[in-house]
Amino acid sequence: MKDWRYWAAEQRGTLLALGIFVAMFILYTANHPAGLTANVVQTASNKGVLLAFVAMAQTLVVITAGIDLSVGMIFILTNCLASWLVVGTPMETAFGVAAVLMVGILCGAINGAIVIYGRLQPIVTTIATGAVYFGIALMLRPFPGGSVNEDLADALTGRLFGLVPASLVTLVAVVLVIWIPFRRSVTGRAAYAAGSSDVAAYMSGVPIRRAKFVAYTLGGLLASIGGLFLTFFTYTGEAALASGNAYTLFSIAAVVLGGVSLFGGKGSAIGAIFGAFAFRTIGDLLFVFDFDPLWQPLFQGVVLLVAVSIGAFALFRVKNRLEWFG
Amino acid sequence: MLPEIPKNETLLFQMEGVSKRYGGVRALEQAELRVHAGRIHAILGENGAGKSTLIKVMAGVVAPDEGRMTMAGNEVSFASPAEANKAGIVCIFQELSLIPDLSVADNIVISDPPKKFGMIDRKAQRKIAEEALARAGAADIHPLALVKDLPLSRRQMVEIAKALARKPRILILDEATSALTAADVSKVFAVLKRLRSEGLALLYISHRMHEIAELADECTVFRNGRNVATYKAGSKSDNEVVELMIGREYSHIFPPKPPAAASDRPPVLECRNLSWNGRLREISLSVRAGEVIGLGGLDGQGQRELLLALFGVLRGVSGEILVDGRPASIASPAAARAEGIGMALIPEDRKTEGLMLPMSVRENLSFAALDQVSSGGVIDRAAEQRLIDEMVRLLAIRTAGVDIPVGALSGGNQQKVVIAKWLMRKPRIILLNDPTRGIDVGTKQELYQLLRQLADADAAIIFYSTDYDELIGCCDRVLVLYDGAIKRELAGDEITERALIASALNIRSGAEAMAVGAGA
Repeated sequence: MKDWRYWAAEQRGTLLALGIFVAMFILYTANHPAGLTANVVQTASNKGVLLAFVAMAQTLVVITAGIDLSVGMIFILTNCLASWLVVGTPMETAFGVAAVLMVGILCGAINGAIVIYGRLQPIVTTIATGAVYFGIALMLRPFPGGSVNEDLADALTGRLFGLVPASLVTLVAVVLVIWIPFRRSVTGRAAYAAGSSDVAAYMSGVPIRRAKFVAYTLGGLLASIGGLFLTFFTYTGEAALASGNAYTLFSIAAVVLGGVSLFGGKGSAIGAIFGAFAFRTIGDLLFVFDFDPLWQPLFQGVVLLVAVSIGAFALFRVKNRLEWFG
Repeated sequence: MLPEIPKNETLLFQMEGVSKRYGGVRALEQAELRVHAGRIHAILGENGAGKSTLIKVMAGVVAPDEGRMTMAGNEVSFASPAEANKAGIVCIFQELSLIPDLSVADNIVISDPPKKFGMIDRKAQRKIAEEALARAGAADIHPLALVKDLPLSRRQMVEIAKALARKPRILILDEATSALTAADVSKVFAVLKRLRSEGLALLYISHRMHEIAELADECTVFRNGRNVATYKAGSKSDNEVVELMIGREYSHIFPPKPPAAASDRPPVLECRNLSWNGRLREISLSVRAGEVIGLGGLDGQGQRELLLALFGVLRGVSGEILVDGRPASIASPAAARAEGIGMALIPEDRKTEGLMLPMSVRENLSFAALDQVSSGGVIDRAAEQRLIDEMVRLLAIRTAGVDIPVGALSGGNQQKVVIAKWLMRKPRIILLNDPTRGIDVGTKQELYQLLRQLADADAAIIFYSTDYDELIGCCDRVLVLYDGAIKRELAGDEITERALIASALNIRSGAEAMAVGAGA
């Protein structure tokens, strides 16, 4: 086999997610009254990036065979915090952004520390910490309000050179600065190894704990970038429980759509980004085809089920039935 | 007892007085070992003789309870496999240590990938992988292939390449050739001989006598956790080696066997030409009511798969299974236990396959028999209680009550619960997968008695054990498996330790005939 075939086989999940998204997006723009304009792309980008950031956060944890049910709450907490701090002079704003990101990192690090050193299950840990994070968000913003540096917000949600959506550029920058280095680092590989087979990883002398800790911590950082962008879009902070829960669940859906295995060790944050955009496009499609928006949850569920079924075909080839449960 | 050391082969590693206990089981007892650079040192011993523990101690996987180890004269202790690797000890484990979702190249460099600007240098990584694969004689494996897509024999070659890429001073191979094809074995041997000439020390653990004869410079035999002999390869005959491995220790008491299981009775369970996935080859056997059939051979020769195939767990099994002379299609454990077949399997790992540890003794006991104590989906608590009381009494399960979690019981009593669970269904065919592993001698004796009682009550029993004494003491006939096929059938007085070990090692021709003759 040629090298590129191995590459394609490894990226199968990501490529599939890309394919699904492109197909849906073409269908969407073809039926959009305005067609493919910079405006339509900007709107789509701004709608998609929030879930994309949260889904990236989820990916990092899922790769280690864990799950983070607090991503949506970190997203909400950092939104509320940003509505206090990301204001004022450029200098003050910069400090505010840094503080918000630090809080995201801290939240992720707490999750990681409890899971690794406290040896608690990720699902329980992150339900609990998620509730704590949301509690803090409520204290920060009992009622929706606050403000944000509007110059910065408009710059990051507008268009560069009148053409490229700035939110998309930021997303690409985050992939280049956080995801790619992680993927190519020893720590990143250790995260994959730990998720794929922690016994084999341990036997090979792989730094499992460090890898998991970094994965949870970076997950917190990515969720807080999402929280910042939420503030830039809404200009306010709001401790919305429903929204936090929805983002947590949708991030898992996006991850699965993006070809990341919930059993760990397989998949890419880039796939999860396409998964997030595809998931968001479902609503847009309903809009251009004049469906009642009430259909949206139903369609999202159907698309998710179909995508997951494609991934489960391998089970038909299992020869020892005990492997069904492994 | 050690052979003389030539000048150029220096003592590299030494182990003195190393002991390791697991609960009450002594895995290693005052073990001694001396490893020399430029030699291939074979380790021999029966299943459970302490070989694996020895390797795990050397490779930093388990810490010894006592004793000291020196490497090139300096005392060493390893807290993890990574530390042992750093000291130059690299082990190729029997259970593969490869990460299935990563590529071959990723796996080969996993413990110390080449770096550039803090990130993994993929080009350099690929080069290292290609070189290591070539050194291992496996240049046909593509470095970008995912490990999980490779067949077992290729994975084992990757495992060897991975070990070589770490530049070891001592390389330990634990049954590293068990899944290899004949062509691969000769390649690996050439590699190992080259490594020896380069001054590496190699520890070679294998059950294949002809491999050891071809490769080893010296051999150490382990028995019951102790090294009982070290000798120069070729200085002892196969028979003498087998003798050393057996030793003389009988500690189990077995119930008397009936004169001869009635050979005129029709078989309850038969199978013909059973094959599966290259792991089972054309297996035919039959068991009569009242008969205890043993499965012998080395660990991992298909015994477990045979039991799973009979119990309907495996898919794609070819061949025929007959119950009471009629073809039976058993597609799941639920079908196997159904009326008309009445099969039960006591699984190998009671903690995962036999019990729900956090649930109560009561619930665990009645799981397999719920349909017998319920009507219309509602459990009749009184009927359940009667059955449970009967079983607790019959098997003398020692428990503080049937409502405590089964995980709180001792290993032996847990195993009794697993067996009792199936006895509640009054099975006609009972399959047992190494049921006495890790349980105390007293409980073992009770189980041997029980086995014979069940057979006397007309059950047909297939009993796999890694303990040769048990096969000799309990079974009317023993089928010895090697590489997924039945190599030998021993009956009555033919079942001796010599015959079992000789046929398990698949020693052919004269040696085998002699061993059997001398044993009987």
